[in-house]
Amino acid sequence: MEIKKPAVAGSLESSDCQITVEPNPGQGISVHLESDVKAMFGDSILETVHTVLKELSVPEAHVELRDRGALDCVIRARLQCAVCRAAETAYDWTKEDA
Amino acid sequence: MAEKTIRLKRTSLYASGVSPVNMVQAVFYNEDMLIYDLEDSVPASEKDAARFLVYQMVKHHRPKDKYVGIRVNGIYSEYLEEDLQAAVRAKPDFLRIPKVEYAREVQDISNRIAAIEEKIGMETGSIDLVVNVESYMGVINAMEIAKASPRIVAMAVSAEDLTASLKAQRTKQGLEVFYARNAVLLACRAAGIDALDVVFSDINDVAGLKEDTALAKNLGFDGKTCIHPRQIDTVNTYFTPSMKEIRYALRVLEAVEEGKRQKKGAVVLDGGMIDKPMELRALTTLAQAEAAGLHVRGEEKLS
Repeated sequence: MEIKKPAVAGSLESSDCQITVEPNPGQGISVHLESDVKAMFGDSILETVHTVLKELSVPEAHVELRDRGALDCVIRARLQCAVCRAAETAYDWTKEDA
Repeated sequence: MAEKTIRLKRTSLYASGVSPVNMVQAVFYNEDMLIYDLEDSVPASEKDAARFLVYQMVKHHRPKDKYVGIRVNGIYSEYLEEDLQAAVRAKPDFLRIPKVEYAREVQDISNRIAAIEEKIGMETGSIDLVVNVESYMGVINAMEIAKASPRIVAMAVSAEDLTASLKAQRTKQGLEVFYARNAVLLACRAAGIDALDVVFSDINDVAGLKEDTALAKNLGFDGKTCIHPRQIDTVNTYFTPSMKEIRYALRVLEAVEEGKRQKKGAVVLDGGMIDKPMELRALTTLAQAEAAGLHVRGEEKLS
């Protein structure tokens, strides 16, 4: 997926996270993570981000993630949504059948 | 069709698809049915986000001890097709379909679900349906709707939209929806499915909730939708079966077992024929009693 414009998904409420995805031409993937539990879960959160971007075939994007104690499945959902909004495309749910 | 198991439906609680914290907390209450919502609680600008969130939560974080469902958007909504694509793949126990007015609407949705089930290798009919009747037309057609698909396990009547369609005023006493409640209940009984009652909207009026729930129980409903977690324990209490109901359920099941032992095709109790829906209702009664902490299998506990 090509990231065409900045887009946001999620919120700063407890158990949620706010994710911004922006174009990052020629720079590959970069991630900025803010989380109160970064010391303990930072690596895991970053792994989730990179996994989801790979699943969605996003070669380059800048991701800002502000975590408020979100479960891994919430982070996945927010990132999938932000990427689809940024790519201006609907999600292909058959990807989940693999 | 897949074999259906007994699932309690005394209480149902919605968790909004916009709020991860609501979804996480909803797991810890005592509701029998937990419904992740893509419809009324989700603004148009967040439909896509809610769909991703509900899909991920149901797939990866669903409670094991609840009957888990997803309420999709309405039949004529632009969101429904993508809701179905996501919701079926999340593999909930059931989908709750809002604002049903005609049997053909349920049949159409059932066919669309079947196509997705087949595509992803699920047994066709695995996903149950709970249909919401929310308009005068839905009430008029309740009987046909209740029998529209073997997927349907329950029908719920929703008072807020219904009163608007009737041009009625919503009151705590609920006389304006009394006919609709009974019409839906009769249709459910005729179809052999469960009947779910309207919400009681004033979350601060405990006495009113008790009165309304007692009425629902006495009318014959199997459960009630809760608008707030604090209503759950009260409603569960009212839908705990009486000793008389438990004893009758045990007699029904004993008669069924005796009939099997004697290889009888038809089983009679107290002069009446016992059919499959009666057996399922008896099993449900015992499951309700056990969920309330009653020991129903030992005679000494019932006396």
